[in-house]
Amino acid sequence: MKRRDFIYLSGMGAAATLLPGLPVMGHPIHPERALEAIDPIWKKQMSDVALNAARSKGATYTDVRIGRYLQQFVVTREDKVQNIVNTESFGMGIRVIANGGWGFAATDKLDKDNIAKTAELAVAIAKENSRLLTEPVRLAPQKGYGEVSWKAPIEKNAFAVPIKEKVDLLLNVNSAAMKGGADYVNSILFMVNEQKYFASTDGTYVDQDIHRIWPIFSITKVDKASGKFETRNALSAPMGMGYEYLDARPQDKIQGVTTLYKGRYDMLEDARLAGQQVGEKLKAKSVEPGKYDLILDPSHLWLTIHESVGHPTELDRVLGYEANYAGTSFLTLDKWESKKFNFGSNLVNIVADKTQTGSLGAVGYDDEGVKCGQWDIIKDGILVNYQVIRDQAHILGLNASQGCCYADNWSSVQFQRMSNISLQPGKDGKTVEDLIKNVEKGIYIIGDGSFSIDQQRYNFQFGGQLFYEIKNGKIVNMLNDVAYQSNSQEFWNSCAGISDARDYRLGGSFFDGKGQPGQVSAVSHGCSTSRFNGVNVINTSRKIG
Amino acid sequence: MSILTHDEAQSLMKKVLAYSKADECEVNLNGVDRGNIRYARNAVSTSGRVSQSTLVVQSAFGKKMGVATINEFDDASLEKVVRRAEELAQLAPENPEYMPVLGPQQYADPVTYIPSTAAITPRLRSDLVAQSIQVAKDNKVVAAGFLEDNTRYAAMMNSKGLFAYNTSTNIDFSITVRTEDGKGSGYATRGYNDVTKLDTKAVTKIATDKAVLSATARAIEPGKYTVILEPTAAAVLVERIFFGLDARQADEGRSFLSLPGGKTRLGEKLVDERINIYSDPLNSELPTSTWNGDGRPQEKINWIEKGVVKNFTYSRYWAEKKGVKAIPGPDGAIMEGGTKTLEELIQGTKKGILVTRLYYIRDVDPQSLLLTGLTRDGTFYIENGKIQYPVKNFRFNESPVIMLNNLEELGKPERTVSDESNANYLLPPMKIRDFTFTSLSDAV
Repeated sequence: MKRRDFIYLSGMGAAATLLPGLPVMGHPIHPERALEAIDPIWKKQMSDVALNAARSKGATYTDVRIGRYLQQFVVTREDKVQNIVNTESFGMGIRVIANGGWGFAATDKLDKDNIAKTAELAVAIAKENSRLLTEPVRLAPQKGYGEVSWKAPIEKNAFAVPIKEKVDLLLNVNSAAMKGGADYVNSILFMVNEQKYFASTDGTYVDQDIHRIWPIFSITKVDKASGKFETRNALSAPMGMGYEYLDARPQDKIQGVTTLYKGRYDMLEDARLAGQQVGEKLKAKSVEPGKYDLILDPSHLWLTIHESVGHPTELDRVLGYEANYAGTSFLTLDKWESKKFNFGSNLVNIVADKTQTGSLGAVGYDDEGVKCGQWDIIKDGILVNYQVIRDQAHILGLNASQGCCYADNWSSVQFQRMSNISLQPGKDGKTVEDLIKNVEKGIYIIGDGSFSIDQQRYNFQFGGQLFYEIKNGKIVNMLNDVAYQSNSQEFWNSCAGISDARDYRLGGSFFDGKGQPGQVSAVSHGCSTSRFNGVNVINTSRKIG
Repeated sequence: MSILTHDEAQSLMKKVLAYSKADECEVNLNGVDRGNIRYARNAVSTSGRVSQSTLVVQSAFGKKMGVATINEFDDASLEKVVRRAEELAQLAPENPEYMPVLGPQQYADPVTYIPSTAAITPRLRSDLVAQSIQVAKDNKVVAAGFLEDNTRYAAMMNSKGLFAYNTSTNIDFSITVRTEDGKGSGYATRGYNDVTKLDTKAVTKIATDKAVLSATARAIEPGKYTVILEPTAAAVLVERIFFGLDARQADEGRSFLSLPGGKTRLGEKLVDERINIYSDPLNSELPTSTWNGDGRPQEKINWIEKGVVKNFTYSRYWAEKKGVKAIPGPDGAIMEGGTKTLEELIQGTKKGILVTRLYYIRDVDPQSLLLTGLTRDGTFYIENGKIQYPVKNFRFNESPVIMLNNLEELGKPERTVSDESNANYLLPPMKIRDFTFTSLSDAV
C-alpha cells in the first residue's frame, strides 16, 4: 500500500500500530453531509460534457467516473476518544483511448469548462504516450446498459447511526478488555460509503451505492517484571454490510476454544475473551519448530488464500504489468494452457465471485461498466482461469471481461484488481471437530497475523493471533512464537480436509495494495476451516540486547 | 496549477481566521500537481495527471475540537467551512489529550523546491521514459517502470499568530528489468528533488546489468550468512527503527525500545557504536520540510549516536506529560557511513551474499523488531572478494536491531528510496555478519 500521498489521521497514537499507515483518502466533513445524495441527472450531464469533449479531441473510447467517497472513523484508546473523522472525497476521473493508447486525467472542480479541459488533457496525455506503445489497446466488446443502478443490500446505513452510539460501543469494548486483564486497548470503527457513477461511450450510465464496515481492536498486556508484552487483535471481518454487522445474534456464533463469528460480530464478547487470552499468550509455551499438520480457521485462512491464490491468478501480474511493484506470478500462461496444472489437492475448488452478498468486492458493475458475475479459478485442484479486465480478455481468447476493474478513488486510474476469491466448503459433511480428531501432531490457528510472500507468489510465511497445540486428536494447550513457511503449490496440495458449508465464513481487507501510484482495494475471501498436512513451522522468538 | 504563492496562501488563510468564533482556530492549506507514467513490457501502460488542493480548518472550544475541509476558496465557502468545524467541535466529546495550538515559531528557510522539477511537461516525462525503454530494447530485456513527479505547497496559520509556508518538488523513478526468458531480474530506484539529476538511461542500465547477471541462479542452503546490503535493501529494514522511535509506545512497555521495570532504552546502547543516525531538513542531498503538520519546527536531531539512543519522537501531549521537549518525527533520515564503495566492500569479503533488494517486509515480533521478507531482483554469492554467481532468493527472519549489532563495515552513503514506505533516505551499503535466511524461494 502506498502511503505517502494520503492524509494521515492525526492523534492516532498507538492505534497507528493497529492499522499501520491507516489512510484517510478525503476531506473531513460534517457527519450529516454523508447522508445527502447527489442527483444522478446532474451526474449524467457532467459525464456527457466529458464524453463529448474527449470525443471532439479525437478519443476513440472514453469513460468517466464521478466518485463520492465517504469515510468515517471513530478512534479510541482505553477510556478516551482520540478522534472522530468524517471525510469526503469528490471528483471526476476521465480515461480515454486516443491514437491507440490510454490517457487519464482527474479533477475536483466539476464545472463544465474544467471538465472539458480535463478531458482534453487526458486525450493529450494519451497522444503523447502513444509513441511509446508496441501495440494499440484492444478492448473486449461491451454492450451499453443504458441508465442502470445498483445498491448494496444493507439493513442499517452506518453513516446514519449517531456518533454517540459508536463511541459508547468502543468505550464499552475497551472497558471489557481491560476488565479481562488488558493493559492497553486501541479500537476503531471504520465505515465506508462509495457513491460511484460511471459513464462510457459504450452507452452505459451506472449509479452505484456501496457500503463497508470494519470494527477492529488491538489489546496489549505488558508483564512489567520481564518486559514482555503480547497483543491480541479482533477476530472481526471487514464486511460489505451496514451497521447491522454489529448486531450480534446467537445463531451467528461458533463456539470452541474462543467464540468465532459468522455474518454478525459480537465485538464486546470478543474483547472480553481477548482480554483473557492476551494474558494466556504471555504464559504460553514457545513452539518447538518442525513439521505440523495445521488446522486453519477462516479468520486466518482468508489471508493465505488472498496471497497465494488471489494474487497469482491476476492476469496483469501473470503478463508482467506489475513487475516493477507487486510482482509477477508463478501461474504462467503455459500452466493454464496445459489444463492439468496441479495447483492443489482435488479437494481444492476456488471461485471468483463479484456478486457474493456481504462481501467487500460485491458490486453490480465494475469500474469499466461490465456487469459482474462468478467463475471458477481452481477446479478440483486444477488451474482453469484467471481474473481479467477488458483490455486483457483477448489474451485468454475471451470475448468479454470478467468485470475485475476497479479504482480506489476518482483521482486514480482504474485497473485490474482482485475479485472476491473463495475456497469452496467441503462436500463430505465434516465439522471442525472431525478435522481435529485425526491430527496426531498439529497446530490450530485462529486470526490473521504477520504475512509475507515473494513477488511470484511461491514462498510465504504467515503468523496468527491464537495458536493451540493438537496432540493425538485433542487440543492440549496454547502455543506462542508460531509462524509457518511453505510454497503455494506444495501447501495447497497438502490440503487434506475442508469442513462443510456450516462453517463457511468471510474474511478480508480494506487495504489490498497494488499499482503505481499505489491504490488500495477492499476484497473478501470465504472458506471453511481446513487441514493442511506436514507444514514447516518456525519459532519466531528472538532477543535483543 | 494548484500551487499558491506565499502571499496568496497567507491572505487566504487570514480571511479564514477572520470568520472564526472559536477559542482557537488553526488552518492548514495544501495543494499538489502530480504527474506519472507507468510502463511494462517495454511499453507505456497508464499515465495521468491530477491536481488537488485542500483547506483544513480545526476549531476548538476548550478541549472540544472539530475539523472540516473544503476545496472551494470563495468567501462563502470559506465562511461555511469555519462554521462547520465549529459545529463539529461543539458536538465532539472532550479530548483530555487536546493540546492548545502553538504560538509563532521560527523556521529555517526550506531548500525543497526546484523550479526545473515544477516545470516538467508531459513531453519531458515521456522522453525520460522513452530513454529507459530504449536501453531495455537495445539489451533485449523487458522493462517495467514508474516515473512520478510532484510539486506541492503547504501552509498553516492559527489564531495565536503562527504562520508557515513551504513548497517542494520531488521525482521518483523505479525500474525492474527482466530477461526475456524470465530467469533474471534486476531493479534500481532513485529519488530527487531536482529532475535534472535523474538519468533514467543510467538507472535502467544498472537494473539491466543486474537482470543479466542474476539469470540462472543456483540454490544454496538457507542459514546464517555474512551479507552486503545495498542501500535500497538496507532502507526497508533500518527504517523500521526510525518508525519505532515513539516515546509513548516505549514508555508504555510495548516497543522494542522498552525495558523491564517500566524503563526504556533512551540513553542506552542499542546497536554497534559505529552507527550514527540523524535527520536534518537542510541537508542538501536530502532536503525536507522545516516544519511539521502541527507547526513544530523540524531541526537537526541525532537519533542514534555511537550506537546509543539519543532521542525519541514525542506527540506534544506526551512530551508535556513527561516534561520534555516535543520532538516531532523526522521526514527523512540519514545514516553516516564510511568511504568505501560497494565494490570495495565486496572486494574485502571472503565469503558472503550481496543483497540488492528486499521485498514484502512485515513485522513478525514487535518485541525484538523481528521482520520477515525476501531477497529479490539480484542476489549474488561472493567469495574471495568477487561475485562468483547469482543465487536463488531467500526468505529472511531478522531484526534490524540485531543486524546493526552484527555490523562488519559501512560503505559510502547515497540517497535511496524505500520500496515499502516510499520515504527517501541517505544510507550506506552495509556488511552484516550472521544474517538469518530461513528458506529458499523459487521466485525470480
